[in-house]
Amino acid sequence: MTVLVLVEHEAGVPKDASLATITAAQKLGQIHALVAGEGAEAKQAAEATAKIAGVAKVLLADHAAYANMLAENVAPLVAGLMSNYDALLCNATSNGKNIAPRVAAMLDVMQISDVLSIEGTDTFTRPIYAGNAIATVKSSDAKKVLTVRATAFTKAAASGGSASVETISGPTDAGLSSFVGAETSKSERPELTSAKVVVSGGRALGSSEEFHRLIDPLADKLGAAVGASRAAVDAGYAPNDYQVGQTGKIVAPEVYVAIGISGAIQHLAGMKDSGTIVAINKDEDAPIFQVADLGLVGDLFQIVPELTQKL
Amino acid sequence: MKVLVPVKRVIDYNVKPRVKMDGTGVDLTNVKMSMNPFDEIAVEEAIRLKEKGAASEIVVVSVGPQKAQDTLRTALAMGADRAILIQTDQEVEPLAVAKLLKAVTDEEQPGLVLLGKQAIDDDSNQTGQMLAALTGRPQGTFASKVEIKGDIVEVTREVDGGLETVSLKLPAIVTTDLRLNEPRYASLPNIMKAKTKPMANKTPADYGVDIGPRLTTLKVEEPAKRQAGVKLGSVDELVVKLKDLGVVA
Repeated sequence: MTVLVLVEHEAGVPKDASLATITAAQKLGQIHALVAGEGAEAKQAAEATAKIAGVAKVLLADHAAYANMLAENVAPLVAGLMSNYDALLCNATSNGKNIAPRVAAMLDVMQISDVLSIEGTDTFTRPIYAGNAIATVKSSDAKKVLTVRATAFTKAAASGGSASVETISGPTDAGLSSFVGAETSKSERPELTSAKVVVSGGRALGSSEEFHRLIDPLADKLGAAVGASRAAVDAGYAPNDYQVGQTGKIVAPEVYVAIGISGAIQHLAGMKDSGTIVAINKDEDAPIFQVADLGLVGDLFQIVPELTQKL
Repeated sequence: MKVLVPVKRVIDYNVKPRVKMDGTGVDLTNVKMSMNPFDEIAVEEAIRLKEKGAASEIVVVSVGPQKAQDTLRTALAMGADRAILIQTDQEVEPLAVAKLLKAVTDEEQPGLVLLGKQAIDDDSNQTGQMLAALTGRPQGTFASKVEIKGDIVEVTREVDGGLETVSLKLPAIVTTDLRLNEPRYASLPNIMKAKTKPMANKTPADYGVDIGPRLTTLKVEEPAKRQAGVKLGSVDELVVKLKDLGVVA
Protein backbone atom coordinates (compact mmCIF):
# COMPACT_ATOMS: atom_id res chain seq x y z
CA MET A 1 0.00 0.00 0.00
CA THR A 2 1.01 3.61 -0.46
CA VAL A 3 0.54 6.08 2.35
CA LEU A 4 0.63 9.86 2.60
CA VAL A 5 2.43 11.65 5.43
CA LEU A 6 1.62 15.29 6.12
CA VAL A 7 5.00 16.80 7.01
CA GLU A 8 5.25 19.68 9.45
CA HIS A 9 8.15 22.00 9.00
CA GLU A 10 9.61 25.17 10.44
CA ALA A 11 12.22 27.45 8.88
CA GLY A 12 12.70 24.99 6.02
CA VAL A 13 13.35 21.98 8.27
CA PRO A 14 10.97 19.01 8.82
CA LYS A 15 9.98 18.72 12.48
CA ASP A 16 11.21 15.85 14.63
CA ALA A 17 7.61 14.70 15.13
CA SER A 18 7.34 14.18 11.36
CA LEU A 19 10.48 12.02 11.41
CA ALA A 20 8.76 9.78 13.98
CA THR A 21 5.58 9.70 11.90
CA ILE A 22 7.62 8.61 8.87
CA THR A 23 9.00 5.69 10.92
CA ALA A 24 5.42 4.70 11.77
CA ALA A 25 4.40 5.01 8.10
CA GLN A 26 7.19 2.65 7.06
CA LYS A 27 5.26 -0.15 8.77
CA LEU A 28 2.33 0.40 6.42
CA GLY A 29 3.88 0.77 2.98
CA GLN A 30 5.50 3.09 0.49
CA ILE A 31 5.64 6.69 1.71
CA HIS A 32 4.78 9.84 -0.13
CA ALA A 33 5.31 12.99 1.93
CA LEU A 34 3.25 16.15 1.49
CA VAL A 35 4.96 19.45 2.24
CA ALA A 36 2.46 22.33 2.20
CA GLY A 37 3.63 25.86 2.73
CA GLU A 38 4.71 29.00 0.99
CA GLY A 39 7.78 30.09 -0.92
CA ALA A 40 11.45 29.40 -0.30
CA GLU A 41 10.91 27.85 3.13
CA ALA A 42 8.44 25.30 1.79
CA LYS A 43 10.77 24.47 -1.09
CA GLN A 44 13.68 24.04 1.30
CA ALA A 45 11.53 21.82 3.55
CA ALA A 46 10.52 19.70 0.54
CA GLU A 47 14.16 19.22 -0.42
CA ALA A 48 15.05 18.26 3.14
CA THR A 49 12.09 15.85 3.27
CA ALA A 50 13.30 14.18 0.06
CA LYS A 51 16.49 13.24 1.93
CA ILE A 52 14.68 11.51 4.81
CA ALA A 53 15.31 7.78 4.75
CA GLY A 54 12.23 5.87 3.62
CA VAL A 55 10.47 8.65 1.72
CA ALA A 56 9.73 7.56 -1.88
CA LYS A 57 8.31 10.81 -3.18
CA VAL A 58 7.69 14.35 -1.98
CA LEU A 59 4.68 16.39 -3.01
CA LEU A 60 5.21 20.14 -2.67
CA ALA A 61 2.15 22.36 -2.48
CA ASP A 62 3.36 25.96 -2.52
CA HIS A 63 0.73 28.63 -1.96
CA ALA A 64 0.10 31.50 0.43
CA ALA A 65 -3.09 29.73 1.56
CA TYR A 66 -1.02 26.95 3.13
CA ALA A 67 1.50 29.21 4.88
CA ASN A 68 -0.05 28.96 8.35
CA MET A 69 -1.50 25.45 8.10
CA LEU A 70 -5.08 26.69 8.36
CA ALA A 71 -7.22 23.54 8.50
CA GLU A 72 -9.88 25.09 6.24
CA ASN A 73 -7.29 25.37 3.43
CA VAL A 74 -5.00 22.41 4.05
CA ALA A 75 -7.69 19.75 4.71
CA PRO A 76 -9.27 20.02 1.22
CA LEU A 77 -5.79 19.79 -0.34
CA VAL A 78 -5.03 16.61 1.61
CA ALA A 79 -8.49 15.10 1.11
CA GLY A 80 -8.18 15.69 -2.64
CA LEU A 81 -4.94 13.69 -2.75
CA MET A 82 -6.31 10.75 -0.78
CA SER A 83 -7.88 9.03 -3.80
CA ASN A 84 -4.30 7.86 -4.52
CA TYR A 85 -3.52 6.63 -1.00
CA ASP A 86 -4.64 3.97 1.45
CA ALA A 87 -3.72 5.86 4.60
CA LEU A 88 -2.94 9.34 5.87
CA LEU A 89 -0.56 9.83 8.78
CA CYS A 90 -0.24 13.13 10.64
CA ASN A 91 1.64 14.04 13.79
CA ALA A 92 -0.34 14.09 17.03
CA THR A 93 0.72 17.74 17.40
CA SER A 94 -1.47 20.82 17.52
CA ASN A 95 -1.35 21.06 13.71
CA GLY A 96 -1.97 17.36 13.14
CA LYS A 97 -4.81 17.24 15.66
CA ASN A 98 -6.36 20.29 14.01
CA ILE A 99 -6.17 19.09 10.40
CA ALA A 100 -6.44 15.27 10.44
CA PRO A 101 -10.02 14.98 11.79
CA ARG A 102 -11.21 17.53 9.24
CA VAL A 103 -9.72 15.37 6.48
CA ALA A 104 -11.12 12.18 8.05
CA ALA A 105 -14.67 13.55 8.12
CA MET A 106 -14.34 14.73 4.50
CA LEU A 107 -13.39 11.14 3.59
CA ASP A 108 -16.08 9.63 5.89
CA VAL A 109 -13.37 7.86 7.88
CA MET A 110 -13.19 7.37 11.65
CA GLN A 111 -9.75 8.63 12.63
CA ILE A 112 -7.48 6.80 15.05
CA SER A 113 -5.84 9.35 17.34
CA ASP A 114 -2.48 9.19 19.05
CA VAL A 115 -1.31 5.87 17.61
CA LEU A 116 1.28 4.12 19.80
CA SER A 117 1.97 1.09 17.63
CA ILE A 118 1.02 -0.37 14.29
CA GLU A 119 -0.01 -4.01 14.70
CA GLY A 120 -1.11 -4.52 11.10
CA THR A 121 -2.49 -2.56 8.14
CA ASP A 122 -5.80 -2.06 9.97
CA THR A 123 -4.92 -2.61 13.64
CA PHE A 124 -3.40 -0.04 15.97
CA THR A 125 -2.92 0.65 19.66
CA ARG A 126 -3.78 3.96 21.26
CA PRO A 127 -4.03 5.39 24.78
CA ILE A 128 -7.44 6.12 26.34
CA TYR A 129 -8.43 7.51 29.75
CA ALA A 130 -5.28 9.63 30.07
CA GLY A 131 -3.09 6.66 29.24
CA ASN A 132 -4.54 4.57 32.08
CA ALA A 133 -5.60 2.05 29.44
CA ILE A 134 -4.25 1.05 26.05
CA ALA A 135 -6.82 0.02 23.45
CA THR A 136 -6.10 -2.16 20.45
CA VAL A 137 -8.50 -1.12 17.70
CA LYS A 138 -9.22 -2.50 14.24
CA SER A 139 -10.56 -0.17 11.58
CA SER A 140 -13.11 -1.29 8.99
CA ASP A 141 -12.74 1.90 6.93
CA ALA A 142 -11.28 1.45 3.44
CA LYS A 143 -8.80 4.25 4.11
CA LYS A 144 -7.11 4.97 7.40
CA VAL A 145 -6.48 8.36 8.96
CA LEU A 146 -4.04 8.28 11.88
CA THR A 147 -2.34 10.76 14.13
CA VAL A 148 0.92 9.39 15.49
CA ARG A 149 2.37 9.96 18.95
CA ALA A 150 5.96 11.01 18.31
CA THR A 151 7.40 9.59 21.53
CA ALA A 152 6.25 6.06 20.57
CA PHE A 153 8.42 5.85 17.43
CA THR A 154 12.09 6.46 16.76
CA LYS A 155 12.94 9.29 14.40
CA ALA A 156 13.67 8.37 10.78
CA ALA A 157 17.16 9.37 9.65
CA ALA A 158 17.13 12.87 8.17
CA SER A 159 19.58 11.80 5.50
CA GLY A 160 20.11 8.82 3.23
CA GLY A 161 17.02 9.22 1.05
CA SER A 162 16.87 10.60 -2.46
CA ALA A 163 13.20 11.04 -3.32
CA SER A 164 11.96 13.15 -6.19
CA VAL A 165 10.03 16.36 -5.48
CA GLU A 166 6.86 16.88 -7.48
CA THR A 167 5.12 20.24 -7.35
CA ILE A 168 1.37 19.94 -7.05
CA SER A 169 -1.54 22.29 -6.77
CA GLY A 170 -4.94 21.97 -5.14
CA PRO A 171 -7.76 23.96 -3.67
CA THR A 172 -6.32 27.13 -2.13
CA ASP A 173 -8.06 29.72 0.05
CA ALA A 174 -11.43 28.39 1.23
CA GLY A 175 -12.34 31.94 2.24
CA LEU A 176 -13.48 30.83 5.69
CA SER A 177 -10.58 31.80 7.89
CA SER A 178 -7.46 33.90 8.10
CA PHE A 179 -4.33 33.95 10.21
CA VAL A 180 -4.05 36.98 12.49
CA GLY A 181 -0.80 36.37 14.35
CA ALA A 182 1.16 34.25 16.77
CA GLU A 183 2.90 34.71 20.09
CA THR A 184 5.54 32.05 20.19
CA SER A 185 7.78 31.45 23.15
CA LYS A 186 11.29 32.00 21.89
CA SER A 187 13.83 29.93 23.73
CA GLU A 188 17.42 28.86 23.32
CA ARG A 189 16.54 25.60 25.02
CA PRO A 190 15.74 22.34 23.23
CA GLU A 191 12.16 21.71 22.17
CA LEU A 192 10.07 20.23 24.96
CA THR A 193 8.76 17.25 23.03
CA SER A 194 12.14 16.11 21.71
CA ALA A 195 14.54 17.14 24.49
CA LYS A 196 16.78 14.53 26.15
CA VAL A 197 16.21 16.08 29.55
CA VAL A 198 13.13 17.93 30.80
CA VAL A 199 12.88 19.90 34.04
CA SER A 200 9.26 20.59 35.02
CA GLY A 201 7.89 22.76 37.78
CA GLY A 202 4.59 22.60 39.62
CA ARG A 203 2.36 24.77 41.72
CA ALA A 204 4.59 24.38 44.77
CA LEU A 205 6.95 26.94 43.20
CA GLY A 206 4.43 29.56 44.26
CA SER A 207 4.97 32.28 41.65
CA SER A 208 6.20 32.97 38.15
CA GLU A 209 9.34 34.65 39.58
CA GLU A 210 10.24 31.64 41.73
CA PHE A 211 9.45 29.28 38.84
CA HIS A 212 12.02 30.97 36.62
CA ARG A 213 14.51 31.68 39.41
CA LEU A 214 14.69 28.01 40.40
CA ILE A 215 13.82 26.00 37.30
CA ASP A 216 15.66 27.91 34.56
CA PRO A 217 19.23 27.67 36.00
CA LEU A 218 18.80 23.94 36.70
CA ALA A 219 17.51 23.41 33.15
CA ASP A 220 20.52 25.33 31.84
CA LYS A 221 22.90 23.11 33.83
CA LEU A 222 21.25 19.98 32.40
CA GLY A 223 20.78 21.30 28.85
CA ALA A 224 17.10 20.62 29.46
CA ALA A 225 13.80 21.84 28.12
CA VAL A 226 11.42 23.36 30.66
CA GLY A 227 7.95 21.97 31.29
CA ALA A 228 5.20 22.58 33.81
CA SER A 229 2.19 20.95 35.38
CA ARG A 230 -1.28 22.14 34.50
CA ALA A 231 -1.60 23.71 37.96
CA ALA A 232 1.52 25.82 37.36
CA VAL A 233 0.27 26.94 33.95
CA ASP A 234 -3.23 27.72 35.24
CA ALA A 235 -1.68 29.80 38.03
CA GLY A 236 0.28 31.77 35.42
CA TYR A 237 3.74 30.62 36.53
CA ALA A 238 4.56 29.29 33.06
CA PRO A 239 3.15 29.75 29.53
CA ASN A 240 0.60 27.29 28.12
CA ASP A 241 3.03 25.62 25.73
CA TYR A 242 5.02 24.35 28.75
CA GLN A 243 2.16 22.11 29.90
CA VAL A 244 2.95 18.41 30.09
CA GLY A 245 0.01 16.03 30.45
CA GLN A 246 -3.10 14.38 29.06
CA THR A 247 -4.24 17.49 27.27
CA GLY A 248 -0.88 19.22 26.97
CA LYS A 249 2.34 17.85 25.55
CA ILE A 250 3.45 14.25 25.71
CA VAL A 251 7.15 13.89 26.51
CA ALA A 252 9.45 10.91 26.95
CA PRO A 253 12.94 12.30 27.58
CA GLU A 254 15.84 10.23 28.91
CA VAL A 255 15.54 12.08 32.20
CA TYR A 256 12.46 13.90 33.53
CA VAL A 257 12.88 16.01 36.66
CA ALA A 258 9.58 16.86 38.39
CA ILE A 259 9.91 19.66 40.91
CA GLY A 260 7.04 20.47 43.25
CA ILE A 261 4.66 18.38 41.14
CA SER A 262 2.33 16.08 43.08
CA GLY A 263 1.67 13.79 40.12
CA ALA A 264 -2.03 13.91 39.19
CA ILE A 265 -2.99 11.19 36.68
CA GLN A 266 -3.43 13.89 34.04
CA HIS A 267 0.22 14.92 34.49
CA LEU A 268 1.54 11.36 34.64
CA ALA A 269 -0.21 10.73 31.29
CA GLY A 270 2.20 13.16 29.69
CA MET A 271 5.51 11.92 31.09
CA LYS A 272 5.34 8.38 32.44
CA ASP A 273 7.19 6.92 29.45
CA SER A 274 10.31 8.93 30.32
CA GLY A 275 13.55 6.99 30.82
CA THR A 276 14.42 8.03 34.37
CA ILE A 277 12.01 10.08 36.46
CA VAL A 278 13.41 12.24 39.24
CA ALA A 279 10.96 13.76 41.72
CA ILE A 280 11.59 16.47 44.29
CA ASN A 281 8.63 17.10 46.57
CA LYS A 282 8.06 17.93 50.21
CA ASP A 283 5.17 15.46 50.54
CA GLU A 284 6.61 11.96 50.80
CA ASP A 285 3.18 10.48 49.96
CA ALA A 286 2.80 12.45 46.71
CA PRO A 287 1.73 10.13 43.86
CA ILE A 288 4.71 11.30 41.78
CA PHE A 289 6.93 9.07 43.98
CA GLN A 290 5.00 6.00 42.78
CA VAL A 291 6.44 6.47 39.30
CA ALA A 292 9.74 8.16 40.17
CA ASP A 293 13.01 6.21 39.89
CA LEU A 294 14.81 8.71 42.07
CA GLY A 295 13.02 10.64 44.75
CA LEU A 296 14.11 13.36 47.10
CA VAL A 297 11.73 14.43 49.87
CA GLY A 298 12.27 17.94 51.10
CA ASP A 299 11.90 21.66 50.58
CA LEU A 300 12.43 22.43 46.91
CA PHE A 301 13.45 26.01 47.76
CA GLN A 302 16.54 24.57 49.45
CA ILE A 303 17.11 21.48 47.33
CA VAL A 304 16.90 23.00 43.87
CA PRO A 305 19.46 25.82 44.33
CA GLU A 306 21.82 23.36 46.07
CA LEU A 307 21.40 20.86 43.23
CA THR A 308 22.00 23.52 40.58
CA GLN A 309 25.11 24.70 42.37
CA LYS A 310 26.55 21.22 42.83
CA LEU A 311 26.02 20.06 39.27
CA MET B 1 -27.00 34.58 17.78
CA LYS B 2 -27.83 31.10 18.94
CA VAL B 3 -25.01 29.04 20.48
CA LEU B 4 -25.03 25.24 20.43
CA VAL B 5 -22.97 23.43 23.07
CA PRO B 6 -22.55 19.65 22.81
CA VAL B 7 -21.70 18.00 26.15
CA LYS B 8 -20.59 14.50 27.06
CA ARG B 9 -21.10 12.45 30.20
CA VAL B 10 -17.75 10.90 31.15
CA ILE B 11 -15.92 9.40 34.09
CA ASP B 12 -15.22 12.09 36.69
CA TYR B 13 -11.74 13.48 36.19
CA ASN B 14 -10.79 12.70 39.80
CA VAL B 15 -11.49 8.99 39.44
CA LYS B 16 -8.66 6.66 38.52
CA PRO B 17 -9.92 4.48 35.65
CA ARG B 18 -9.58 0.71 36.09
CA VAL B 19 -9.31 -1.70 33.22
CA LYS B 20 -11.80 -4.61 33.37
CA MET B 21 -10.31 -8.00 34.14
CA ASP B 22 -11.60 -9.45 30.86
CA GLY B 23 -9.83 -6.78 28.82
CA THR B 24 -12.98 -5.46 27.14
CA GLY B 25 -12.80 -1.91 28.41
CA VAL B 26 -12.70 0.32 31.45
CA ASP B 27 -14.95 -0.52 34.39
CA LEU B 28 -17.60 2.18 34.79
CA THR B 29 -19.97 0.40 37.19
CA ASN B 30 -20.58 2.49 40.30
CA VAL B 31 -18.04 5.05 39.15
CA LYS B 32 -18.75 8.76 39.57
CA MET B 33 -19.64 10.35 36.24
CA SER B 34 -19.55 14.06 35.40
CA MET B 35 -19.66 16.49 32.53
CA ASN B 36 -16.47 16.33 30.46
CA PRO B 37 -14.35 19.20 31.90
CA PHE B 38 -13.70 20.77 28.49
CA ASP B 39 -17.46 20.79 27.80
CA GLU B 40 -18.05 22.58 31.08
CA ILE B 41 -15.68 25.27 29.84
CA ALA B 42 -17.69 25.43 26.60
CA VAL B 43 -20.97 25.86 28.52
CA GLU B 44 -19.38 28.60 30.64
CA GLU B 45 -18.09 30.44 27.57
CA ALA B 46 -21.54 30.33 25.97
CA ILE B 47 -23.07 31.78 29.14
CA ARG B 48 -20.49 34.56 29.20
CA LEU B 49 -21.27 35.37 25.55
CA LYS B 50 -24.93 35.59 26.49
CA GLU B 51 -24.17 37.80 29.49
CA LYS B 52 -22.21 40.12 27.19
CA GLY B 53 -25.14 40.24 24.79
CA ALA B 54 -23.29 38.39 22.00
CA ALA B 55 -25.46 35.27 22.30
CA SER B 56 -29.24 35.14 22.50
CA GLU B 57 -29.98 31.50 23.26
CA ILE B 58 -27.88 28.55 24.47
CA VAL B 59 -28.91 25.06 23.39
CA VAL B 60 -27.06 22.10 24.90
CA VAL B 61 -27.08 18.67 23.30
CA SER B 62 -25.75 15.31 24.42
CA VAL B 63 -25.44 11.96 22.69
CA GLY B 64 -25.53 9.10 25.18
CA PRO B 65 -27.55 7.00 27.61
CA GLN B 66 -30.59 8.26 29.50
CA LYS B 67 -28.29 9.24 32.36
CA ALA B 68 -26.78 11.89 30.10
CA GLN B 69 -29.90 13.85 31.13
CA ASP B 70 -28.07 14.63 34.37
CA THR B 71 -25.23 16.18 32.40
CA LEU B 72 -27.68 18.27 30.39
CA ARG B 73 -29.45 19.37 33.61
CA THR B 74 -26.10 20.49 34.97
CA ALA B 75 -25.60 22.64 31.87
CA LEU B 76 -29.13 24.04 32.25
CA ALA B 77 -28.41 24.83 35.91
CA MET B 78 -25.25 26.67 34.88
CA GLY B 79 -27.36 28.85 32.56
CA ALA B 80 -28.15 27.12 29.27
CA ASP B 81 -31.72 27.65 28.00
CA ARG B 82 -32.80 24.27 26.66
CA ALA B 83 -31.48 20.81 26.02
CA ILE B 84 -31.64 18.01 23.48
CA LEU B 85 -30.84 14.43 24.47
CA ILE B 86 -30.04 12.09 21.59
CA GLN B 87 -30.47 8.87 23.47
CA THR B 88 -28.59 5.67 22.72
CA ASP B 89 -26.92 3.00 24.82
CA GLN B 90 -24.46 2.23 22.07
CA GLU B 91 -20.95 3.62 22.20
CA VAL B 92 -20.92 6.37 19.59
CA GLU B 93 -17.64 7.22 17.83
CA PRO B 94 -16.64 10.84 17.17
CA LEU B 95 -17.48 10.59 13.44
CA ALA B 96 -21.04 9.48 14.24
CA VAL B 97 -21.37 12.13 16.96
CA ALA B 98 -20.24 14.74 14.42
CA LYS B 99 -22.91 13.49 11.97
CA LEU B 100 -25.62 13.78 14.63
CA LEU B 101 -24.39 17.25 15.56
CA LYS B 102 -24.42 18.23 11.89
CA ALA B 103 -28.11 17.24 11.76
CA VAL B 104 -28.81 19.30 14.91
CA THR B 105 -26.83 22.20 13.43
CA ASP B 106 -28.89 22.05 10.22
CA GLU B 107 -32.06 22.19 12.30
CA GLU B 108 -31.03 24.79 14.87
CA GLN B 109 -28.77 26.98 12.69
CA PRO B 110 -26.52 28.19 15.54
CA GLY B 111 -24.10 31.02 14.77
CA LEU B 112 -21.52 29.32 16.94
CA VAL B 113 -20.99 25.76 18.09
CA LEU B 114 -18.76 25.57 21.19
CA LEU B 115 -17.38 22.16 22.14
CA GLY B 116 -14.72 20.73 24.39
CA LYS B 117 -11.51 19.98 22.51
CA GLN B 118 -11.51 16.38 23.70
CA ALA B 119 -13.37 14.03 25.99
CA ILE B 120 -11.27 12.71 28.83
CA ASP B 121 -12.47 9.13 28.31
CA ASP B 122 -11.52 8.28 24.72
CA ASP B 123 -9.14 11.26 24.33
CA SER B 124 -9.93 11.42 20.60
CA ASN B 125 -9.90 15.18 20.01
CA GLN B 126 -11.90 14.88 16.77
CA THR B 127 -15.57 15.78 17.09
CA GLY B 128 -15.32 19.56 16.65
CA GLN B 129 -13.03 19.35 13.65
CA MET B 130 -15.25 16.68 12.07
CA LEU B 131 -18.37 18.78 12.64
CA ALA B 132 -16.59 21.72 11.00
CA ALA B 133 -15.76 19.57 7.97
CA LEU B 134 -19.30 18.18 7.65
CA THR B 135 -20.92 21.62 7.94
CA GLY B 136 -18.28 23.35 5.79
CA ARG B 137 -17.67 25.82 8.60
CA PRO B 138 -14.34 27.21 9.82
CA GLN B 139 -12.85 25.82 13.04
CA GLY B 140 -11.02 27.46 15.91
CA THR B 141 -9.63 24.58 17.92
CA PHE B 142 -8.00 24.61 21.40
CA ALA B 143 -9.32 28.11 22.16
CA SER B 144 -7.98 30.16 25.06
CA LYS B 145 -9.83 33.33 24.00
CA VAL B 146 -12.99 33.84 21.94
CA GLU B 147 -14.08 37.28 20.73
CA ILE B 148 -17.12 37.95 18.58
CA LYS B 149 -16.46 40.91 16.28
CA GLY B 150 -19.51 41.49 14.09
CA ASP B 151 -19.72 38.68 11.56
CA ILE B 152 -16.41 37.11 12.54
CA VAL B 153 -15.08 35.36 15.61
CA GLU B 154 -11.46 35.82 16.60
CA VAL B 155 -10.04 32.77 18.34
CA THR B 156 -6.72 32.61 20.19
CA ARG B 157 -5.52 29.02 20.11
CA GLU B 158 -3.14 27.12 22.39
CA VAL B 159 -0.65 25.56 19.98
CA ASP B 160 2.65 23.70 20.39
CA GLY B 161 4.75 26.84 19.98
CA GLY B 162 2.65 29.14 22.16
CA LEU B 163 -0.47 31.02 21.08
CA GLU B 164 -1.92 31.67 17.66
CA THR B 165 -4.86 33.85 16.66
CA VAL B 166 -7.17 33.12 13.74
CA SER B 167 -10.14 35.02 12.40
CA LEU B 168 -13.13 32.90 11.38
CA LYS B 169 -16.25 33.82 9.44
CA LEU B 170 -19.44 33.10 11.35
CA PRO B 171 -21.08 30.64 11.56
CA ALA B 172 -18.12 28.77 13.04
CA ILE B 173 -17.07 25.88 15.25
CA VAL B 174 -14.85 26.52 18.30
CA THR B 175 -13.31 23.91 20.60
CA THR B 176 -12.21 24.91 24.08
CA ASP B 177 -8.90 24.50 25.85
CA LEU B 178 -8.30 24.66 29.60
CA ARG B 179 -7.44 28.31 29.97
CA LEU B 180 -10.51 29.75 28.24
CA ASN B 181 -12.36 30.33 31.51
CA GLU B 182 -13.15 28.88 34.91
CA PRO B 183 -16.62 27.34 34.88
CA ARG B 184 -19.07 28.53 37.52
CA TYR B 185 -20.87 26.31 40.00
CA ALA B 186 -24.61 26.15 39.62
CA SER B 187 -26.45 27.79 42.52
CA LEU B 188 -29.21 25.89 44.32
CA PRO B 189 -32.02 28.13 42.97
CA ASN B 190 -30.64 27.63 39.45
CA ILE B 191 -30.49 23.86 39.96
CA MET B 192 -34.17 23.97 40.93
CA LYS B 193 -35.02 26.20 37.98
CA ALA B 194 -33.17 23.88 35.59
CA LYS B 195 -35.64 21.11 36.35
CA THR B 196 -38.35 22.96 34.47
CA LYS B 197 -36.27 24.01 31.49
CA PRO B 198 -37.23 22.21 28.25
CA MET B 199 -35.46 19.00 27.27
CA ALA B 200 -36.22 17.27 23.97
CA ASN B 201 -35.76 13.52 23.74
CA LYS B 202 -34.53 12.21 20.42
CA THR B 203 -32.83 9.14 19.01
CA PRO B 204 -30.16 8.83 16.33
CA ALA B 205 -32.86 7.38 14.05
CA ASP B 206 -34.83 10.65 14.32
CA TYR B 207 -31.95 12.32 12.51
CA GLY B 208 -31.50 9.47 10.03
CA VAL B 209 -27.86 9.01 11.06
CA ASP B 210 -26.17 5.61 10.97
CA ILE B 211 -24.12 5.36 14.16
CA GLY B 212 -22.66 1.94 13.38
CA PRO B 213 -19.06 1.75 14.60
CA ARG B 214 -16.10 1.81 12.22
CA LEU B 215 -13.65 0.61 14.83
CA THR B 216 -13.68 -2.65 16.74
CA THR B 217 -11.91 -2.68 20.07
CA LEU B 218 -9.99 -5.94 20.16
CA LYS B 219 -8.72 -5.48 23.68
CA VAL B 220 -8.07 -2.93 26.41
CA GLU B 221 -5.07 -3.40 28.65
CA GLU B 222 -3.34 -1.63 31.46
CA PRO B 223 -0.16 0.08 30.37
CA ALA B 224 3.15 -1.28 31.59
CA LYS B 225 3.48 -0.23 35.24
CA ARG B 226 6.44 1.73 36.47
CA GLN B 227 7.99 0.47 39.63
CA ALA B 228 8.58 3.03 42.35
CA GLY B 229 12.29 3.63 42.68
CA VAL B 230 14.44 4.71 45.57
CA LYS B 231 14.23 7.70 47.83
CA LEU B 232 17.57 9.40 48.17
CA GLY B 233 18.92 10.90 51.37
CA SER B 234 20.63 14.01 50.08
CA VAL B 235 21.27 16.33 47.16
CA ASP B 236 24.79 14.89 46.89
CA GLU B 237 23.37 11.43 46.19
CA LEU B 238 21.15 12.90 43.46
CA VAL B 239 24.13 14.69 41.92
CA VAL B 240 26.01 11.37 41.73
CA LYS B 241 23.01 9.62 40.15
CA LEU B 242 22.52 12.38 37.58
CA LYS B 243 26.21 12.23 36.68
CA ASP B 244 25.90 8.44 36.28
CA LEU B 245 23.04 9.01 33.84
CA GLY B 246 25.37 11.14 31.76
CA VAL B 247 23.06 14.14 31.59
CA VAL B 248 25.32 16.63 33.30
CA ALA B 249 27.31 18.71 30.89
